[in-house]
Parts: sequence; structure tokens; C-alpha cells
Amino acid sequence: MNDMRLIQRTVDMHETKIRASGVDVFYGDNHAIKDVSVYIEDKTVTAFIGPSGCGKSTFLRCLNRMNDTIPICRVTGKITLDDEDIYDPKVDPVQLRAKVGMVFQKPNPFPKSIYDNVAYGPRIHGLAGDKSELDEIVEKSLRRAALWGEVKDRLAEPGTGLSGGQQQRLCIARAVATAPEVLLMDEPCSALDPIATAQVEELIDELKQNYSVVIVTHSMQQAARVSQKTAFFHLGNLVEYGETGKIFTNPEDSRTESYITGRIG
Amino acid sequence: MTDMTAGASAAPKSSLLAQDERTRRRNAAEARFKLYGVIAITLAIVALLFLMVSIMKNGSGAFFQTFVTLEVELLEDKLDKNGNRDPAEMAKVTTFGYSPLIKDAMAKVVADNGIEIDGLKKPEDLISKEAAAQMRNFVLAHPEMVGETRPFEFVASGRIDGYYKGRVTMESAARDSNISPEQLQLADALKAAGALETRFNWSFITWPDASENRPEVSGLGVAIIGSLYMMLVVLALALPIGVAASIYLEEFAPKNRFTDLIEVNISNLAAVPSIVFGILGLAIFINFAGLPQSAPIVGGLVLSLMTLPRIIIPARAAIQAVPPSIREAALGVGASKMQTVFHHVLPLAAPGILTGLIIGLAQALGETAPLLLIGMVAFVREYPAGPPEGLFDPATALPVQVYNWTQRADPAFVERASGAIIVLLVFLMVMNTLAIILRSRFERRW
Repeated sequence: MNDMRLIQRTVDMHETKIRASGVDVFYGDNHAIKDVSVYIEDKTVTAFIGPSGCGKSTFLRCLNRMNDTIPICRVTGKITLDDEDIYDPKVDPVQLRAKVGMVFQKPNPFPKSIYDNVAYGPRIHGLAGDKSELDEIVEKSLRRAALWGEVKDRLAEPGTGLSGGQQQRLCIARAVATAPEVLLMDEPCSALDPIATAQVEELIDELKQNYSVVIVTHSMQQAARVSQKTAFFHLGNLVEYGETGKIFTNPEDSRTESYITGRIG
Repeated sequence: MTDMTAGASAAPKSSLLAQDERTRRRNAAEARFKLYGVIAITLAIVALLFLMVSIMKNGSGAFFQTFVTLEVELLEDKLDKNGNRDPAEMAKVTTFGYSPLIKDAMAKVVADNGIEIDGLKKPEDLISKEAAAQMRNFVLAHPEMVGETRPFEFVASGRIDGYYKGRVTMESAARDSNISPEQLQLADALKAAGALETRFNWSFITWPDASENRPEVSGLGVAIIGSLYMMLVVLALALPIGVAASIYLEEFAPKNRFTDLIEVNISNLAAVPSIVFGILGLAIFINFAGLPQSAPIVGGLVLSLMTLPRIIIPARAAIQAVPPSIREAALGVGASKMQTVFHHVLPLAAPGILTGLIIGLAQALGETAPLLLIGMVAFVREYPAGPPEGLFDPATALPVQVYNWTQRADPAFVERASGAIIVLLVFLMVMNTLAIILRSRFERRW
């Protein structure tokens, strides 16, 4: 098993999951993303960094078409998931979002029980044939989100009664439960304390064995800790994209260097 | 200004134990504001208490009624001359045929109890004119009873009833052509003999309306059924249409000039005087669609139109108040728009929607003006039939009944009208309590 995974991993490092080319996003007249081209690898953590308002969240939301819900938002260019154009008119965004899960900045569990929170996705997608299968998915997802031990005795209690860090891990479990291929995380730790942050980061590291994880973060330390690839956005442009180690130690662009060293942002 | 600059360096240290001028003024303003609030609340409570007490004082009498019990001999030669107990034949005897029996029974009870009152005329006037009809209905339902003597409990006439409720006095009776002081004395004598009593009267709620000169037997039965039917129609129409409209407008409709126009117009409709909806109902439902006048279905349709904007506005507000993060969460796990709305948004918005709905219904229940225009102000003695067909039968409504009774001359109707207001208020209170219970039951915290 371990050997297989190691071999697989070396191969997967080069497999591209999402490829964006020439993406522009407009909010009304505001040109929010300018001609961004990026490829995101499978089983890798990719971090988007950059100052506030630089468009990293906007770009992240393009990847599962969450921007569709904003009426004035317009996306041009091409984004493919496994070489399929996700903005093709034939694509139902609902199906896409089952494949590309998302965790939001603020923990937003449903005002339902912990169990129902996790079971909701599998239920609407018909992933479980019966109750025991569903129980299994819920347990597996909660374990994967490192939450099972804390909540296994109170699955019927409301998810909103958990602490902030637990809520965020519940949201991750909820996203994982639908068995996505890509997991998008929009500043998942910005509302958490350092201990919860460490737990979530650990989790992200584990998740990358199964998923392609894209994380938007304001914390450069976090990007350096969890990611293998880093993209630096500035004023709607993708300034630099590459190996995390290289971006943080030897950036090519002067703007990246200024941001990392704290001179802009 | 100069003081300040000078004082900055040399000002004596201020003490926390003494309030400075600014703080004093600020605290005084706060205390004044609190006082205004207390005064406003007190005024409101006093006004409410005054209203409640005066309605209760005037209206509670409507739930009590004076009854006279008489032994009546059902004479065969008056009620069934041929003696073959054929209901069709017996039905030919009108209420005029029964009046003499009551007269005789009254004379007998006066004689039996040894009551002697000088100048007593027409002792039978103590009994309501409705008594003959009551007896006739009984006899037609039980033909075999003819020839027997059995006790009947009759409603006393409105003036006698008023005498025991303090509305009629010996002095006023002397000036009244409908009642004489001697008759009041007779009533007292009968009360002493146990043949007359004043007691609680459920019939006020069940009887239909009665004519101008029989206030003692008028009731709210038809009005309550009419109001109930209308509320059913409003609930069946306004709830689904209102909720669907608000969900569509909030969640699905594109935001453009057209939807803006609709939004403005919904707000405008909520402000349209209700009588205008009555004219609309008259023109569309009665004159154009040909629905019957005075029917609860038309009343319900008109009230639905009136209530719709008043349901849509709070429902939209409730849907808007659901945090967008819940919608994003649902969309993020791959729920469709519709699943998001029905699984997550609607349950969270339900308490607000329900509160709006029940307040809308309560307003509709108390609405009078549009009903006047579609003929629900008519005098209706017949109970409407059961639900589906009954919606097309003539009926009145509670607030219209109040309006109707306040216009009548007999002072007994003032009491009836206040009694009807009590019933209406009880209905409203029940609905509002329901709204509060539902709200707390559905409320979820996050």
C-alpha cells in the first residue's frame, strides 16, 4: 500500500487537475481578474496568496462556478477540470460542485445536527444506498476531518453548538463527504485560533493524499507550511506561480519579493 | 477656547467621585428619555385597559340571557285538527297558531302562582316573539308529543332581559310602549317563583342573526361560520401564492427594472385602502365572474387579494434575513438552487413567514369595509352548508355583524355588538398566540 502510494505520488505530481487559461472576471465594470492562466496539480496543495482585494478568492470561486450566484459577475476564458471545460453550457454547476468541494472563510454549518450536516451532501447526491452506508460515510468523513473522536457521542446535537475550530472541521467533513476530487478552501483558518489552525493545517496535509487542495490564505507562513505550489496574485494579475519553496526563497518578480518581505500588502 | 488651552496644563485633576457638567447633562437626557418611554407605555396600557374594561362591561351581558320556563299544553285541536299526525298537514299551522298556546300557558302560570298585579296587560309579552317558532319547530320534529303538556324554556323578551341587566328600569318602562312596569313586576314575581332565570347562554355563539325587534335571540352563528370559511379561503390561496411569490422574487427572479417595478407595486398594494379591494371584488368576482353575492368564497377571494402583499412583504424580509453563508454552504456541497431554498432557506425563514401570515390573517379577519361592498352585510338567517358548497351560500362575517348590530335601534343590540367584539378579540388573540407559539417552535439558533 505504502509503496504503491509512493509510486503513484511521483507520477501524480505531474498530472494536472485543473487548467485555467486566459481567465478574466468582471464585476460589472470592475475588471477583477486579468488574464490569469494557471494549472493546478492533482494530490497537491496549491496556495493562493496576495494582498486583500487582489482577486484570489474571486479566482478560487471561478473553479467551482460559485461566481454564478452573483448576477453582475462575468467570467471569460477557459477553465478545464480533467480536460473538460467547466464553463461549457452543457455543464450543470451542481454536478461540478459535487466534484469540486468548497470550505468557506467563516465556518457555516447548517443549523442541523452534526450527523445531518455531514450526511446532507451524500443524501442529495444519492451516494449512500441505505442508512448503514450513510453512517459509514459520515464516520469516515468525520474521521478524515479529525473530528470523529470529539463528536462521536453527540452526533444528534446541532452543529452550530460546536466551537469555531470544530465547526470549521465539520465544514471540511461536510465537503469531504461528497467525495470531491478537488477541495477549495477560502481562508479556512482566518476565524480560528492557533491551535485549531494547526489542526486544520494538519488535516490539509492529510487531505492532499486523496484530493487536489487549493487554499487561499492571508498567512504566508501558512502557505509555506502546507503548500507545494504557490500562486501570488496582485491587483487581479497572477504575478508569479511556482514551487512554494522557490516563491518564498527566490522569487523572480520584485512584487512577490516585496509582498513576502512585507513591503506591500 | 482660550480656557481650554490654558486649562490643559493647569487644570485641576478631575475626580471620578464627582460628576462633571457634561456627564450630568448626558445622564439627565438619558433619564428623561427613559421617562418618556415609561409614560408612552403607561398611556398605551391605560388605553388598552380602558378599552378592555368597557368592552367587557358592555359585552359580557350578551353571553347571559333570561329564560322563562312554561308548562305548555300542546292542544291537538289547534295543532293537528285532523289528528293523523301528518307532518305536511301540521306544517300548515303557522306560528300564529302557536301564540295562543303560549298566551294560555302564561295565564296559567300567573294564576297558579297566585300572582295578582293591578293593570297587568299582555303577560305573554314577557316571552320573546321567537317562542312560537321555537315551539313549532319542536312540534314538527316530534309530532307524537301533540296532546301532551310539557315544559318549554323560552327566551324572555329583550326588555325583560334588559331589566335584569340594568338596561331597563321601572321608570323607563313607564315611557316604553313595548313594556310596562306591571310586566316587570310580573317578571320579578316569576323569578321569585322559579319560572324565570338569567343564566349563561352559549346560544349567543351558535344562533343566527335575528330581526330588529328580537335582539334576545340574535347570535353569531352565521357570522362565525362565514368568517371561518373566509379564513379557510384566504389560507388556501394567500399562503401558497404569497410564499411562492416571495421565494421566487427573493431567490430566483433576475434583478432588473421589471422586478423592481413589481417590488414597488407590492409595497403600494399593501397600502391600498381595503375598501378599494371591495370594489375590485365586486367588479371582478361578482359582476364579471358571476359568483354569488354575500358568499364567503367572494369574501375570501377579496381578502386574499388584500392579504397577499401583507404576507409577501414579511415573507421576503424573512427570506432575506437568512444569512447568505447558509446558501453558499448548501451550494458548495452541490445542492441545486431549489434544494438550497427548500432544505435550508425556507426552514430558517419559516418563523418569520408564519408570523407574517398569521398577522395577515388576523387583519383579514377584522376587515369590514371590502365585505360591505360584496354584500356580506346582508341579513342572513340560514346557516351555510358544509365546506365545499357552503362557500357559495350567503353568510356574514364577525366584523360585519358588529357593524350591523351597532346600527340597530334597540339598545339590546349595543350589548350584542360588544359581545361580538369580545368573540372577535378572542379569535384574534388565539391567532396571535398561535403565531408566537409557532415562531418559538420553529426558531433555530445558529
